[in-house]
Amino acid sequence: MNVIEASGLGKRYGSTWALRECALAIPAGHVAALVGPNGAGKTTLLNLAVGLATPSAGEVTVLGGRPPGSPAALDGIAFVAQDTPMYKNLSAADMLHLTRNLNRRFDQRYAEDRLAELGIPLKRKAGKLSGGQQAQLALTLALARRPRLLLLDEPVAMLDPIARHDFMATVLTAMADDGVSVLLSSHVLAELERVADYLILVSRGRVQVAGEVEDLLASHRMLTGPAAEVGRYARRPVVRLSRGEAQAHLLVRATADDPVPPGWETHPVGLEELALAYLRDPAAAALPGPARIRSAEPSELTR
Amino acid sequence: MTTLTVAARPEENVTLRPVPWRRMAWVTWRQHRIALTAVAVFLGALAVSLWRVGIGLHHAYAAAAACRPATSPLCDQLQTSFTRMDGFLVNGYVLQAVPALIGAFAGAPVLARELETGTFRYAWTQGFGRWRWTLAKLVPLAIVVTAAAGALSVLCSWYYRPYLTTGNLFLPEESPLANLFVLRGVAFAAWTLAAFAIGALAGMLIRRVVPAMAATLAAYIGLAFATGLYLREHYLPQVVVKNLFNPPSSAWIISQWWTRGGATVSQSTMNQVMNSMFDRTMPVVHAAAAKSFGVKAQKHQTYLDTLHYLTQHGYTEWVRYQPASRFWPFQWIEGGWLLALSVLLIAATVWLVRRRAA
Repeated sequence: MNVIEASGLGKRYGSTWALRECALAIPAGHVAALVGPNGAGKTTLLNLAVGLATPSAGEVTVLGGRPPGSPAALDGIAFVAQDTPMYKNLSAADMLHLTRNLNRRFDQRYAEDRLAELGIPLKRKAGKLSGGQQAQLALTLALARRPRLLLLDEPVAMLDPIARHDFMATVLTAMADDGVSVLLSSHVLAELERVADYLILVSRGRVQVAGEVEDLLASHRMLTGPAAEVGRYARRPVVRLSRGEAQAHLLVRATADDPVPPGWETHPVGLEELALAYLRDPAAAALPGPARIRSAEPSELTR
Repeated sequence: MTTLTVAARPEENVTLRPVPWRRMAWVTWRQHRIALTAVAVFLGALAVSLWRVGIGLHHAYAAAAACRPATSPLCDQLQTSFTRMDGFLVNGYVLQAVPALIGAFAGAPVLARELETGTFRYAWTQGFGRWRWTLAKLVPLAIVVTAAAGALSVLCSWYYRPYLTTGNLFLPEESPLANLFVLRGVAFAAWTLAAFAIGALAGMLIRRVVPAMAATLAAYIGLAFATGLYLREHYLPQVVVKNLFNPPSSAWIISQWWTRGGATVSQSTMNQVMNSMFDRTMPVVHAAAAKSFGVKAQKHQTYLDTLHYLTQHGYTEWVRYQPASRFWPFQWIEGGWLLALSVLLIAATVWLVRRRAA
């Protein structure tokens, strides 16, 4: 089952496209990271998936074909919006009560246990909790609904490193214990390397890369060789070229088995390195299915 | 190699049972109890003050009406003490602002606050579903504020009874259709409902609490004035009669004009004609005597004679009016269209919530 499936999906605000021609199929059972610079269309994609926005073009379904925002979809999806909006004048206990009343399932015991574990007093007003505690409360409310898909919009952007670590630990525990699928957006790359096993890169409203982290890492290599010989290596799609005085670094789409030209060295790439390379060159793309792959050749090579 | 198996849940039926409506009752109460308490305190305070002033008013009227003989100095004193209380009519204007305030303070924030603080992202993504959430909030709140306003208008009807009673003896009688109409019967509750619905829709459209409240007040005032000035007089076909020289003072006179030989005579011409005739036929009265009851009656008789004379010489006086007996039909008509408008506005709000993207 695909937790999110989109084809030709686009969203326009006024005359600008926040997201366009988005094709995605995120399978269940992953912690998927939605990465991109500010304003790339991450929040728009999440809003479309949860039914808070309606597509201007194309379509999107969730949890194996359910329309976003439909009762069946809302029942299985928990969404924690950016800045974790909550009723500031309600206590944590009231927020639990509220969420329990608004959903078919709510694991009150789980929620209370978790808040006790985190040291969040039930009687404290949500508005009086620290940023980290608010984020944890929002996450607890979401997880206590026992969702099949958890959507998190910039969940750690406002948190300090410890709160960030605790938050992600909770997400991973839920993933391991319940098998909940997770899609989280972030522009903090370092954090994702540890948790994500599926990557979606968006920039300027387009999906640039989508795939399992393992596959993406296996299909990209970093080549290092003499700068003068860069032109000889045009056989494989090059994602990014950085040229120094003597040496050039090429991030190419290749496997470890691909032959390496004489005088060149090859290394595996890390997720952060890979993501940065793509984000720096929005024209490059790595998408599932041959039709979606555009061979990206930086202009420097074709000269 | 085995693939990672996720603890699969039994595939749930896609057409699952929705979360029951009754669960929203606690949510609505918990989130709006402060607004509802404020409405209760506000209306309660008004009710207490109306009740306290009203008791004195009713006593004064009853004492003046029962006094015999009516022309004695004691009775005169009692009548004066009642008529001096006519300041109570002024609060009629204050009370007419109550529906607008309820609409602005209880209706507008329901959606505007969610949209302004971003909490709609939480509320509208819960399993209850967002259009059901909206309906389950707006309908009970609308019913509660309407019922509270209805209770207050029962008190208003009682309060103004000495003034609007048929054959009120001591104050100039005015038409119940033109005067204090919206405070009595079903109109007050209906206007409160309409103000609440205007507030809810304004909140959804404007998405900011304070501007939505201002817009609610403006829209309510516009609608109330348009209704009073242009709409209400057309609820039922107006009665048009000619040469009705002494219309009942409870009738709501909408217009009056003269014709001669089929052509309308302008009011300024008529004033000239009538003043000159009046001066000729009315005997000169000493200024000191002009206030006495006898002179007043004589003046009135002279006026009627003038009118009779004019009609015998080709003039016709026309009056267009609504009789006071139409009070209840008018109440039901006003209540009816306001109810229909409110239902429409709430439906539009729910539709917008369902459709409008964040």
